Amino acid sequence: MTSRPWVAWGVCRLNFFVVEPGASHKVTLPLPHMTDAVENSQPLLRLSKITKVYTRGDLAVPALRGIDLFIEQGEFVAVMGPSGSGKSTLMNLIGCLDRPTSGAYFLEGQDVAQLSRDELAGVRLRTLGFVFQGFNLLSRTTALENVELPLLYAGMKSVERAERAKEALRRVGLDARAGHTPNQLSGGQQQRVAIARALVTRPKLLLADEPTGNLDSRTSIEVMALLQELNAEGLTVLLVTHEPDIASYAGRLLLVKDGRLRTDEKRAAMSAKQALSEWRDEETLQ
Amino acid sequence: MMVMMALRLALRSLLRNRMRSALTALGVIIGVAALLVTVVLGEGTRKMVAAQIASMGSAILMIVPGASAQGGFMGGTGSGRPLQRDDVEAILQARSVRYAVPVDRTVAQVVSSNLNWQTPIIGTTTDYLALRDWPVARGRFFNAAENDTAAKVCVLGRTVAQNIFGESDPVGQQLRVKQMPCEVIGLLAAKGQSAMGSDQDDVLIMPSLTLRTRVLNQNRQYVSTIMVSATSEDDLAAAESEVVSILRQRHKLTDDQENDFTVRNLAELVQTQQKIVETQTGMLRNVAAVSLLVGGIGIMNIMLVSVTERTREIGIRLAIGAREKDILLQFLVEAVVLSVMGGLLGIGLGMLAATLFAKLGGGMPVDFSAFWMVLGFGVSVAIGVLFGFYPARKAARLDPIDALRYE
Repeated sequence: MTSRPWVAWGVCRLNFFVVEPGASHKVTLPLPHMTDAVENSQPLLRLSKITKVYTRGDLAVPALRGIDLFIEQGEFVAVMGPSGSGKSTLMNLIGCLDRPTSGAYFLEGQDVAQLSRDELAGVRLRTLGFVFQGFNLLSRTTALENVELPLLYAGMKSVERAERAKEALRRVGLDARAGHTPNQLSGGQQQRVAIARALVTRPKLLLADEPTGNLDSRTSIEVMALLQELNAEGLTVLLVTHEPDIASYAGRLLLVKDGRLRTDEKRAAMSAKQALSEWRDEETLQ
Repeated sequence: MMVMMALRLALRSLLRNRMRSALTALGVIIGVAALLVTVVLGEGTRKMVAAQIASMGSAILMIVPGASAQGGFMGGTGSGRPLQRDDVEAILQARSVRYAVPVDRTVAQVVSSNLNWQTPIIGTTTDYLALRDWPVARGRFFNAAENDTAAKVCVLGRTVAQNIFGESDPVGQQLRVKQMPCEVIGLLAAKGQSAMGSDQDDVLIMPSLTLRTRVLNQNRQYVSTIMVSATSEDDLAAAESEVVSILRQRHKLTDDQENDFTVRNLAELVQTQQKIVETQTGMLRNVAAVSLLVGGIGIMNIMLVSVTERTREIGIRLAIGAREKDILLQFLVEAVVLSVMGGLLGIGLGMLAATLFAKLGGGMPVDFSAFWMVLGFGVSVAIGVLFGFYPARKAARLDPIDALRYE
């Protein structure tokens, strides 16, 4: 992780004060005072004129029609958009699971737009963490082994691997369930194992694709609280969701429509922790 | 390191589908077993035949009279002009010939004081034992003088000696061959089975003239067979052509007349037999090859099923950062482990079957050299790699996005 978590955290807090709630403006360039605040002015990721065209036979279907985007370290960004808007495609490109048809994608200053499959795998392994809607844990495999998986591909020795995986499980509060397999865990627990798996490589950017899609409201807020906590520690989070409630926990909202970025606004994020305590109050009242 | 990991992963995955894994491995099990039986039995036969050729004496020709033809009536082998004792002397002059001896055979009852035994009897001359490379265990063989005088002496094979004299020393004892009394002057070393499976030690050998004149009461000029050995195995063909030309000349045959005798090559006879065995093991080898092929296809099939079933797992692994070669290795190792497990079982089964076959086949030597084990193992590894590669590559080349979305 970043050597100066407080810097990233600072940026995040700064946004809350600088940007008026509800105010919307394109952030194609870093604001001058933000540049001052961040010693390292290089954004975590920068997309420039990204397009993606799928060809089905003779038919060319454009999914992304030119996306420009900066994301600074320590941001918590929600991506929303109707289905077919291209938000999944955008997510896949940012997640280095796919390559753009044209345009440049700089991740930590490195142009990853046209890397080979294996090079992209290396970027995913070192820099990115994934959390999916369907958890995507290996079945019949313990939580600990699931969390260890990325480290295995990083070629880490087994002792160190177990150490790191346990640490990650502890971070998401599941160290007691290390030996359980996914079908012995609740949905919320499974998603937390998945988050631990994403964290274990100490990524720069956590990509969460509808992480609460399969969870009930209460558990959803718990997962969001965990993500907010991690973000507060300096982890950059990019969240795809179609639920405005969930998006409201992010400090920045991107709206994708017809392959273009329609809205890019910074705003005050709701606190999931607070929402949780309110929830508890309501429960005790009932 | 990565391989060890892939091995653990493969074992776990295969053990999850025990029945499926076992059935898939069956083709390789049968294939490797058949292969092992083939090579072990083939090797055993080859050794046995080599031993038989060695026991018969190498580079031996048998000359028998040809068939007589009188007015369209064919008399069969041996009915033609008989071979003569002088022919033996003439053949002996040939350059490529080391030994030439007359051989007459009969079967007669051999009687001692209280036991009797029916045995093949050979009448020949002094060089016979040298020709057959057959040592005398006790006593001595008859000499030229005893042959010329048709002396009443004989030499016993191990089987005859045991049946007539039991464990006591036969040398110096008396016995009767038909009505002729005869002194045992020697005991032959044990020789074992012949190429045709008969007991070569069940024999009594006496001077050629003794047999012809005293036992068979036949003309002393003729001999029924002449046995010839070449100076070396390489000279066998030369010896054969020399023998043919000498006999043609002696029998005064013109160029347009066919041989009135037949020259047989004993090694060829044995080789013919070996060829029959080789054809049989060749068929088994085909079974092995087909079985291995089918087994390999079975592995490929089940690995393809496995890749499809585990598309999502592959997607997860790829998304997390597995490289193509990590996935390739995982599935390739799984195929190889499946195949090798089949191979090891096949080696066991093959050894069992080969031992059984050898027992049924009359004590053929079987030796399971480490080489055959390594061969069986190597073949199963090769099958795994060969047929596991395509499914593994298919898995490795999956698109992570599609794979993750796969239901």
